[in-house]
Amino acid sequence: MRGSLGKLVAGSLSLAGRWQKQQLRRLNVHEYQGAELMSKYGINVPKGVAVSSVEEVKEAVRSGFPNEKEIVVKSQILAGGRGLGTFKSGLQGGVHIVKTEEVADIAGKMLGQILVTKQTGPQGKIVSKVYLCQKLSLVNEMYFAITLDRQTAGPLIIACRKGGTSIEDLAEKFPDMIIKVPIDVFKGITDEDAAKVVDGLAPKVADKSASIEQVKKLYQLFCERDCTLLEINPIAETSDNQLVAADAKLNFDDNAAFRQKEIFALRDPSQEDPREVDAAKADLNYIGLDGEIGCMVNGAGLAMATMDIIKLHGGTPANFLDVGGNASESQVVEAFKILTSDDKVKAILVNIFGGIMKCDIIASGIVNAAKQVALKVPVVVRLEGTNVDQGKRILKESGMTLITAEDLDDAAEKAWNSESPPK
Amino acid sequence: MSRQASKLVGSLASKVFANPAPVVPYSPLSRHFAAAPPAPAVFVDKNTRVICQGITGKNGTFHTEQAIEYGTKMVSPPPEPSSSSGKGLVWIVVAFLTSSVGLLVFLASSVDLFGSDLHLDFRFPRPLPKDLLISSALVGGVTPKKGGTEHLGLPVFNTVSEAKAETKANASVIYVPPPFAAAAIMEALEAELDLVVCITEGIPQHDMVRVKAALNKQSKTRLIGPNCPGIIKPGECKIGIMPGYIHKPGRVGIVSRSGTLTYEAVFQTTAVGLGQSTCVGIGGDPFNGTNFVDCLRKFLEDPQTEGEIGGTAEEDAAALLQASFQACDLLESKTEKPVVAFIAGLTAPPGRRMGHAGAIVSGGKGTAQDKIKTLREAGVTVVESPAKIGVAVLDVFKQRGLVD
Repeated sequence: MRGSLGKLVAGSLSLAGRWQKQQLRRLNVHEYQGAELMSKYGINVPKGVAVSSVEEVKEAVRSGFPNEKEIVVKSQILAGGRGLGTFKSGLQGGVHIVKTEEVADIAGKMLGQILVTKQTGPQGKIVSKVYLCQKLSLVNEMYFAITLDRQTAGPLIIACRKGGTSIEDLAEKFPDMIIKVPIDVFKGITDEDAAKVVDGLAPKVADKSASIEQVKKLYQLFCERDCTLLEINPIAETSDNQLVAADAKLNFDDNAAFRQKEIFALRDPSQEDPREVDAAKADLNYIGLDGEIGCMVNGAGLAMATMDIIKLHGGTPANFLDVGGNASESQVVEAFKILTSDDKVKAILVNIFGGIMKCDIIASGIVNAAKQVALKVPVVVRLEGTNVDQGKRILKESGMTLITAEDLDDAAEKAWNSESPPK
Repeated sequence: MSRQASKLVGSLASKVFANPAPVVPYSPLSRHFAAAPPAPAVFVDKNTRVICQGITGKNGTFHTEQAIEYGTKMVSPPPEPSSSSGKGLVWIVVAFLTSSVGLLVFLASSVDLFGSDLHLDFRFPRPLPKDLLISSALVGGVTPKKGGTEHLGLPVFNTVSEAKAETKANASVIYVPPPFAAAAIMEALEAELDLVVCITEGIPQHDMVRVKAALNKQSKTRLIGPNCPGIIKPGECKIGIMPGYIHKPGRVGIVSRSGTLTYEAVFQTTAVGLGQSTCVGIGGDPFNGTNFVDCLRKFLEDPQTEGEIGGTAEEDAAALLQASFQACDLLESKTEKPVVAFIAGLTAPPGRRMGHAGAIVSGGKGTAQDKIKTLREAGVTVVESPAKIGVAVLDVFKQRGLVD
């Protein structure tokens, strides 16, 4: 028993990492888009220009960086670890500091290429734009973030006098260095709050009252644009006494899309799994994974449980797919199409516990999908809940070759067994 | 093995029914409006009067129809309380540790697990007498600008205050769409209803943060949700979208973040004859009105709840542990109470969040295995396969002498 749990936990860690990144489909924007947004709020950012082609590079360098000797060239992908990543073409590193004359050359080697980092997974992500940035002479690098904290049930500003990639280790070893300032959501950020944050950052040369203003502007952006996370690592001091957001990560609340149309127009589908883009169009909650058993379940919790039990029985889930409570027949058909179009999928498991979701709707959807798409893999169906008898009858009368299961264990077992070649 | 198990459960079941769980006695005469009835043990009971905010909308209409229909098919009144009420509080805590994406609990429908010897016909409960419908049925609805009209046989009002004044409602269920839902919650809060259940999914987090801040400043109104299936006290009150027929009045309290997964838990506890005292769906949003610990406290004090199933997010696992310790302390002072936990779920790799902020805020790392270990050290029985939950629960009941 302990063994299976350990196996489950270990096996899941890599998977969970991937899920982590897709967490609740919060909108991520590219570095250059974040910088543009921040500068609209009067936040200091390094001078930068985003370009999509080598031709644009020359013009950008000429007009944007007339006096610079060196420029930072940064690949724009929606994942971290760019500096240490590798292009599939062989080029090492997604971020390069080069002499002005060499910018066009290095940009040419990045644009249109696939960059693989620790966070992208082995398939990497395509670099459609590079960001040409001013090279700053930084005196000091600090850490700054604003998030919505569950414990204080409100916005929380986090500041640390030492920034960089090892911030998490720092947080564990020297928790006193992490300054947390909760903000009263009704009062907003007070000068006192902002001053505490600046003290936490402990800048060496930057002007204190100007820094306070920067903090307030960052908070304003965070609230007005429905951010769930605004992380600046590093936030740095330049030799001319300014506080600058040298690299920022912004996440936006998907639930706020209806009132943040400008922000959500920035979404870059090229950075997303194409299966997920299709699913989003059909309004399905889908996350693509690498396994062999496609899943269709109603309810996120049950979907997760289904994936888990597949793993417990030795299989690998190909995806997370939650058809939700209000799915229509056509959405079920779409979901089925997406599952069957995945070449890796060797069996499909449908697990529906209908509350509001009716079993007969699911059943009709499956039957219709089977008419439209050739079913090449075995389908295991477990139905329970509202209209279960109608659902089962519809499936039976369709004449489809389906494997029915009575409970979750049974369903996973059958799905796993069905993957093997027929006896 | 299954034949043995079914025999075991068969005998257990007959004993369970012979000495049923102590429950609040049912009496239609006790329902009169002159004196205020005692507050419900776990948020709702047969005296709860509910209005529906957003009743005339698509979701409001559909779910109100369902609610009215359930009212005519509620389970039969709970049996008379037995004399052996103090046998001990069984504490069954199911912890769902989640990855960042959601909840993970896997439960099997155990009807077949125990063979066909055990036939619990919970799908077709006897209808209640009509006069009982008043207490747990909806008494009205709120849609601005439609006050004075009628919808599905219920009066519609412009505001919550008006509805409350006219119908003496003390609870509200909200089906208002996301852009306006937070305001609807605030309206119910300002009208000082006892309970607000917000079903709506998709409320912006920044809105909910404000609602939470407002909620924390008062103590009259409780919010459950948002993005939740609702709350049900089988046989007495149903507020929300859960399928009523799978529930049965009984001994197990259930609190969970996930809807369909809760239904599995309900299905299973009904199938093994334990039934549910109250089921609370607290919802999947990061900022919600009621959390795991809030419900635990209520279950602890509820004489009808002899066991609990609870679900929490990994970030809250610390809260779960705390709650378990608190419960163990409290319970130990009464009689010996077993705590059973289900670890279902995958943990995120330690410290990895969107950006570093999450890890920094939570102060570091901790894998699922760490948490399992800590729970076990606290005396909690950790069951690994949620497909075996029914067996585990019955085992625990048996060990503690709660079923003879």
